[in-house]
Amino acid sequence: MEFLRPATWDEALAAKAEYPTALPISGGTDVMVEMNFDVHRPSAILDLNRITELTEWSNDGGVVRLGAAVPYTRIINELSGPLPGLALASHTVGSPQIRNRGGVGGNLGGASPAGDAHPALLAAGRDVFVEACSVRGTRMIAIDDFYVGVKRNSLEQDELIRAVHIPVADGPQQFSKIGTRNAMVIAVCAFGFALHPKNGTVGTGIGSAAPTPRRAVEAEEYLQGVLAERGLWESGDLLGTEVIQRFGELVKAAASPIDDVRGTADYRRHSLAVMARRTLTWTWNDYSKQIRSAA
Amino acid sequence: MSTRTIQGQKNLQDIRQASKDGIGGSPLRPDGNLKVKGEFAYSSDMWHEDMLWGMALRSPHPRANILSVDISEALKLPGVYAVLTHEDIPGSKFYGLEIQDQPALAIDKVRYHGEAIALVAADHPETARRAVKKIKVEYEVLTPIVTEEQCLAPEVHGYVHEPHEFKSHGYGNICHEQKLVSGLGVTDEVRALADVIVSGTYEVGMQDQAFLGPESGLAVPAEDGGIDLYIATQWLHVDRQQMAPVLGLPEEKVRLTLAGVGGAFGGREDLSMQIHASLLAQRTGKPVKIVYARDESFFGHVHRHPARMFYEHGATRDGKLVFADCRIVLDGGAYASASPAVVGNAASLGHGPYVIPNVKMHAIALYSNNPSCGAMRGFGAVQAAFGYESQMDKLAAELGMDPVELRQLNAMSEGDLMPTGQQIDSPAPVAELLQRVKDMPLPPPLDLDDLDVRALPGALSNTSHGEGIVRGVGYSVGIKNVGFSEGFDDYSTARVRLEVIGGEPVAMVHTAMAEVGQGGVTVHAQIARTELGVEQVTIHPANTEVGSAGSTSASRQTYMTGGAVKLAAEAVKYALIDKGRRRYGWTHQDITLAGGKVVSESAGVLVPMVDLLGDEAIDLTREHHHRPTVPFDKETGQGFGHVQYTFCANRAVVDVDVELGLVKVVELTAAQDVGKALNPLSVVGQIQGGCTQALGLAVMEEIIVKDGKVRNASFTDYLIPTILDTPPIPVDILELPDPNAPYGLRGVGEAPTVSATPSIVAAIRQATGIALNRIPVRPEHLTGTL
Ligand SMILES: Cc1cc2nc3c(=O)[nH]c(=O)nc-3n(C[C@H](O)[C@H](O)[C@H](O)COP(=O)(O)OP(=O)(O)OC[C@H]3O[C@@H](n4cnc5c(N)ncnc54)[C@H](O)[C@@H]3O)c2cc1C
Repeated sequence: MEFLRPATWDEALAAKAEYPTALPISGGTDVMVEMNFDVHRPSAILDLNRITELTEWSNDGGVVRLGAAVPYTRIINELSGPLPGLALASHTVGSPQIRNRGGVGGNLGGASPAGDAHPALLAAGRDVFVEACSVRGTRMIAIDDFYVGVKRNSLEQDELIRAVHIPVADGPQQFSKIGTRNAMVIAVCAFGFALHPKNGTVGTGIGSAAPTPRRAVEAEEYLQGVLAERGLWESGDLLGTEVIQRFGELVKAAASPIDDVRGTADYRRHSLAVMARRTLTWTWNDYSKQIRSAA
Repeated sequence: MSTRTIQGQKNLQDIRQASKDGIGGSPLRPDGNLKVKGEFAYSSDMWHEDMLWGMALRSPHPRANILSVDISEALKLPGVYAVLTHEDIPGSKFYGLEIQDQPALAIDKVRYHGEAIALVAADHPETARRAVKKIKVEYEVLTPIVTEEQCLAPEVHGYVHEPHEFKSHGYGNICHEQKLVSGLGVTDEVRALADVIVSGTYEVGMQDQAFLGPESGLAVPAEDGGIDLYIATQWLHVDRQQMAPVLGLPEEKVRLTLAGVGGAFGGREDLSMQIHASLLAQRTGKPVKIVYARDESFFGHVHRHPARMFYEHGATRDGKLVFADCRIVLDGGAYASASPAVVGNAASLGHGPYVIPNVKMHAIALYSNNPSCGAMRGFGAVQAAFGYESQMDKLAAELGMDPVELRQLNAMSEGDLMPTGQQIDSPAPVAELLQRVKDMPLPPPLDLDDLDVRALPGALSNTSHGEGIVRGVGYSVGIKNVGFSEGFDDYSTARVRLEVIGGEPVAMVHTAMAEVGQGGVTVHAQIARTELGVEQVTIHPANTEVGSAGSTSASRQTYMTGGAVKLAAEAVKYALIDKGRRRYGWTHQDITLAGGKVVSESAGVLVPMVDLLGDEAIDLTREHHHRPTVPFDKETGQGFGHVQYTFCANRAVVDVDVELGLVKVVELTAAQDVGKALNPLSVVGQIQGGCTQALGLAVMEEIIVKDGKVRNASFTDYLIPTILDTPPIPVDILELPDPNAPYGLRGVGEAPTVSATPSIVAAIRQATGIALNRIPVRPEHLTGTL
């Protein structure tokens, strides 16, 4: 097995072009586990840990450019203001050791339907982009086009993830995850939700309840419609149980879960509806408070 | 003269107080800091020059005929030193703890998913792994026999062990069976005596010991043709007893030394890689190390028997139990392992610590094509406690009684008879233990205005900010036997040596006791200090150069090997005093050892031990046998079958998110009678650990087996409690001495694992109003989404 240790981003891209089957390793919290379990025996490993720029982030006020290898711990500590949904999701990942190593680039690289960053990224809106690079150039892949199958993403063989571009939150965001223990658990299912008052949209993301992370499109459209028609963005008035209930049902309907060792499909649907109702209630309560205190 | 005596006595008091690290003290364990810092050498850390790595090929099928095994490609791989199948075994091909029904390597068929078929030794683990993949096995895959119904109809579904090869005491696909009847049994007439009858069917999933140190060891071929094995195990001598016939060696040529054990909980009572590494070492003439990966570990050891239990209880209107009937079906999986003992415990302890005038019981262990099940902390008693304690709550509800009062009303105490007819002849403070947990202050209610999500079900997963949370409280009590039962003489041996080293008297304790984390080595040193009046004690590595210490299981080691250390230390003490009598002509009848001196109660200090010992070492070995027991009668279950009983009561407080079915155990209180706490800190640790393992069984731990296949052989999906799942566990210790036991002590390790699970389930029931007849309780059970 070759072990490639590029010192710069350009070297990394060159190496990936030369060895397209080389397996990138960032925090290694997925890669090492899978190698231990003999899931794969890659011909080469491409270690990205010397490339410090991958562990940097910047915020231009509108968009956060999050380096692929910024560990979850730093997302929690440094970015819970601009990226509250992702920071909440990061909180639920593994244990302190895992959060110190693992990052969003690895979560996207693995593209597991159970990855916790995904629902938060989807909820953050349609203007989330994965910055994918190769010796051929750079592509901005919209998050909605990124997940293409079970543990499959739309990266080309010679591409590496450099960063993720995520709009700075302009409203409350939430993230909930079900696990059968109270820490360090792979999601039975998860739900991310965000209010985007600036453009009058809402964002959703469903985890672990379909072959890929996915958006609950109808639920988003229904809620956007209600908020607009009833002037709720302006008033901040109560949503009412009927709306909350309906939103939950639509989120549930958007999932296509399976029965597996972690949970039944029925439970996943049921709990998604509950999480959808609760996260909507929390975010809307926060939003109302903001509106009222501004008024 | 009189002045001198007074001085002597005063002196004596000072001397006695000096030994704070004797029994009753809490000296810290020698391995504690090393383990916390990651510096402790576990069996998987061993290394030997020229060492090879062993690996097994395991069956992907739970039931199949092996048509052929082709090892030629594997042998061709550079770096491979040997590939073995059952045909290469020099001695007997079978082994087993109680019944030799398990082939060391599969012969013509496999009976469970993960059964070892062939072995490889190579110069690198990666080479070994590749070689294993090159072994070609042709299978004829058969439909596995996995359900109770299938097992009980062998004419239809087949035999796990064909009648002509059947080795256990059962029949068909029943590995072992025990019936029990006491009083009038349970007949229609007896039923008619009860005003209220409640019944239920209860199920227990397959729990795993989930120790963190995988199975591992190093086998070194010796010049005399024997094998030296360095191994993490629970019982060196029983390993040797099973290994020697397979290796074709006399027992004395199989020498075992305990390596660092990373947890056991019963899962190391059976052999794992011992024979495999030794066979490879024999064949290659080189040291061979085997370390299981995590997934292999889940296949490489037995689990807790899953159980299906039917219980029926009848009581008078005022709550007095009239009768109890029970049928317990344990799934023993492919091989017998400890199934007979598990059945014996389930049958004899399966009605709980209650006085019940009329009892019937039928317990069986099945042979099936599921993973083998055997010893795990509290075996037999754990499964049953979920049944009988669920029944107590049901009965209390039916009678409109307080569940604790109902239990107390029927609680057994000293002098009462077990359903086996055995009289409880030492304290059995069942009612008092319940009272103690009930009287402890309750934790404060949730403060919804000042929420910390970590305190809620779901914790940082952020599923609730107070929505859906309901609190529940539940109680339970349990009974467990200590030591091996039913006529088994599981004696322990200890060697104690006393000599002067560096001008100080130093004791050395040598036993074959497996230190698996229970703190036995700490306690042995404490006993030696107390008995010999020395401060310096060294613990000799555990090996087979000294006699058997029995198993580190059944809550027995402090009782049994601790008892042996006491006997050996006493013998050394008497030998030293005799020496003094011969030398100095002492005639006092009150001589003992304290503070490094030989002292007389009446005459004070007689002589420093160093002076009396001089250059001589006193080195004596003693065996400790517990009082004899007898097997239970096969039909009536009657008999003086158990050495000692132990009791623990619990109160669980839980918060349940009733909408999501998520549970947070808020507090888990325990009260236990330990007879005498030799090391109170360790005792509390054992009780808290036992409660935590019980919590795991209550709400998360299960090996999921479908059609005989294990679905979650990893810590990704076999979940054990994290620190966020583990509540404060206040422990109330009672010390009522058992006159039959050394120092009056009672085995500690298992009772809380028996009793705590049902209290948690009871608390969840109280919060949700859902019946909950199966553990672990899953969110699906609480939300109707199964
Ligand atoms: C104990 C434990 C608990 C865990 N708990 C959780 C959890 O709760 N939630 C969760 O979502 N995950 C969890 N994980 C999985 C893992 O930690 C996360 O998926 C994490 O985000 C992976 O990041 P990493 O940097 O360690 O990735 P790596 O393991 O280094 O890589 C993961 C994948 O991404 C690819 N990759 C990495 N970097 C790049 C790049 N720059 N460009 C292209 N491909 C790349 C790799 O080739 C690999 O396929 C857990 C893992 C462990 C071991």
